[in-house]
Amino acid sequence: MHPALQGIVTIFLGVGGCLAYFYFSNQFIDKVLFPAKGVNAGRNINRANIVRPWLFLAPALFALSLYLAYPVFATLWYSLTDRDKGNAFVGLANYYQMMDDPKFWEALKNNMLWLIIVPAASTAFGLLAAQLTDRIGWGSIAKSMIFMPMAISFVGAAVIFKLIYDTRPADANQIGALNAVWMQFNGGVGSFILLRALPAAFLAFLTVGSLWLATIMIKGFSSFTTILRSLFGVVLIGVAVSSIASIYGLFTATLPYGEPQTWLTMPFWNSILLMIVLIWIQTGFAMVILSAALRGIPEETVEAAIVDGANPFQVFFKIKMPQIAGTIVVVWTTITLTVLKVFDIVFAMTNGQWETQVLANYMFDKLFRGNDWGVGSAAAIVIMLLVTPILMWNVYNVRKEMRS
Amino acid sequence: MADLKLIDVGKTYGGSIEVLKDINLDIKQGELIVFVGPSGCGKSTLLRMIAGLEKITGGELQIDGQVVNDVPPAQRGIAMVFQSYALYPHMTVRDNMSFALKLAKKTPAEIEAAVSNAAKILQLDEYLDRLPKALSGGQRQRVAIGRSIVRDPRVYLFDEPLSNLDAALRVATRIEIAQLKESMPESTMIYVTHDQVEAMTLATRIVVLANKGIAQVGTPLELYERPENEFVAQFIGSPAMNLLSGKITETGAITTVALDGGGSAKTAVSTQAADKGLQVNIGVRPEDLIETTGKDFVFEGTVKFTEALGEVTLLYFDKVGDNDSVIGKLPGIHMDLRGTSVRMKANPSKVQIFHDGQSLHYR
Repeated sequence: MHPALQGIVTIFLGVGGCLAYFYFSNQFIDKVLFPAKGVNAGRNINRANIVRPWLFLAPALFALSLYLAYPVFATLWYSLTDRDKGNAFVGLANYYQMMDDPKFWEALKNNMLWLIIVPAASTAFGLLAAQLTDRIGWGSIAKSMIFMPMAISFVGAAVIFKLIYDTRPADANQIGALNAVWMQFNGGVGSFILLRALPAAFLAFLTVGSLWLATIMIKGFSSFTTILRSLFGVVLIGVAVSSIASIYGLFTATLPYGEPQTWLTMPFWNSILLMIVLIWIQTGFAMVILSAALRGIPEETVEAAIVDGANPFQVFFKIKMPQIAGTIVVVWTTITLTVLKVFDIVFAMTNGQWETQVLANYMFDKLFRGNDWGVGSAAAIVIMLLVTPILMWNVYNVRKEMRS
Repeated sequence: MADLKLIDVGKTYGGSIEVLKDINLDIKQGELIVFVGPSGCGKSTLLRMIAGLEKITGGELQIDGQVVNDVPPAQRGIAMVFQSYALYPHMTVRDNMSFALKLAKKTPAEIEAAVSNAAKILQLDEYLDRLPKALSGGQRQRVAIGRSIVRDPRVYLFDEPLSNLDAALRVATRIEIAQLKESMPESTMIYVTHDQVEAMTLATRIVVLANKGIAQVGTPLELYERPENEFVAQFIGSPAMNLLSGKITETGAITTVALDGGGSAKTAVSTQAADKGLQVNIGVRPEDLIETTGKDFVFEGTVKFTEALGEVTLLYFDKVGDNDSVIGKLPGIHMDLRGTSVRMKANPSKVQIFHDGQSLHYR
């Protein structure tokens, strides 16, 4: 049979099977097990209603325990055994071995970088898009365009961006958009403005902005948040210092004009280029959720703020943002969970080469290429340990949002 | 603390849908003006135009002689209390009240003084550090008013501030607003409501809005005793004024009208000889009808239904002339009148007379 036909048959069988299960099991409970007639009609109705939820939950519970709960414990067990020694228990040996592997630390460091940049950028762009598209006539079209990447699989997106980052010899046509743009620069005035002056201006803006925020953070004394705020302030000062250093670098570096660049082999920057793929996908998700939250804000509070003398920025940051803070946290943590598990993009674009390794790809590498089940499982457990607290916080916040 | 002047003010949506036109109004400092009208008459729109939340598409709005059509809301010196209170849910009561002052870059000492003063007036001292969600409806409303007071505005705007409160609280808050107005005799206030009791009790002058314009402006008692037109006559007072059609038979200082329903009415509104035979409606309020057995009656009708409210009894009459919604209001309990035929008369000074919907008194 043709594979596509097989797929369609499977869909029909699957969906039909589900429907049949719910329909016939419901009939069974109402007509055979606890019929709503005879002397015990009332008691039977009550019993049927007690049993029914479990009946409907049963398939999901079965599938979840078989495919989720069991593997967790199995993986934990694998991570403590060595297959080469006949599945003997080896304690934490696999973990020690993993700790000695520089690739593991590279993956962990990259994961942290992803963790900071992707959720922040996606949420920020999503919020910006949500606010702006609500105010323009063709906003809904813009929204659909921004949301569309959500419909593309991570691997598909990776392939698209691999083409964008593609490199051809200098005398050939550049099919990669990034190199095509890059080859337009020749070191003249335009290049100076676009590649040195503009980024420098942006960095200067970043410097001033983070210094300003840092003074607010360190100046404000409010009992128990003080430590957190000071810490944040120190980080901001760090950002400012490195921005200044980057401005210096911008003007002193010699740029290789006219030479096509292999973008994905530049350590650090290649990680950023991979992150852009995920940001491109997740911005749509953030935008849709935040746009709904923004619409939920009572219009009168905004009008009251306007009467109180707030300008559009103050309305946004002091009235709207705080009112959707809960939703922002939910969006942020949801994206964080996706980021911690990121695998497809790295696997398809660099496979962890040139210092782009991440934990999930490291796990895959060990488990299925190195056939080292012990270390691979240990990596999986590390990922789970990182995800779990954020997942719990996320669930807590989602429930809080749903209550209010 | 300002005079307000509206000159030919109008509002059109999308260039073609006209909701208000030619509104002319002079509001003096210290007045409490109430806008009333049926729903959809544009009373809230007019208030929002004064606030600057809606664009004025025609005419001119002056505050203290200065045209403010294009002045942003915050610079008009107005403060607004919204129907839903519109408190900032993430800020404490104190922060809610000081938000405008912080934006205006007032010093912390000034802010503290203004907030504690407003809190004292509104008895909110204990609640300053609470979030709005921890307050009752009445307290939230007071915070909303407090948010206006701290700014010391030239004009206070109230948009149906009591309609989200339950009946008992509404009465209490209404009295609080009246007392607040008394404690600030210099302040100008504009108040939108659809509740007649609020309008009658609070207003220095009432503005009745209908059909895109002003139906009448006047003190509450002027509107009650001498409505300019049938719309105001029927809008103010509950149950509404009875209108009975007839023809003028005698003119002079006292006008006599022979009614289509059989009776005749005398009114203290004077008419000229030329008015004889004019087709008119006389208007008489249910509470001004008096039961009589004499020959001199306004109408005679069968009581088809009674409602005893304790202090008064409402009599619903079967068709009188061509009007089948005539209502009488007699003091005391008169449920025995149901099904009987009753004659009603009225004091000439309480009888209005309208021709083409307009009162002949204002001719």
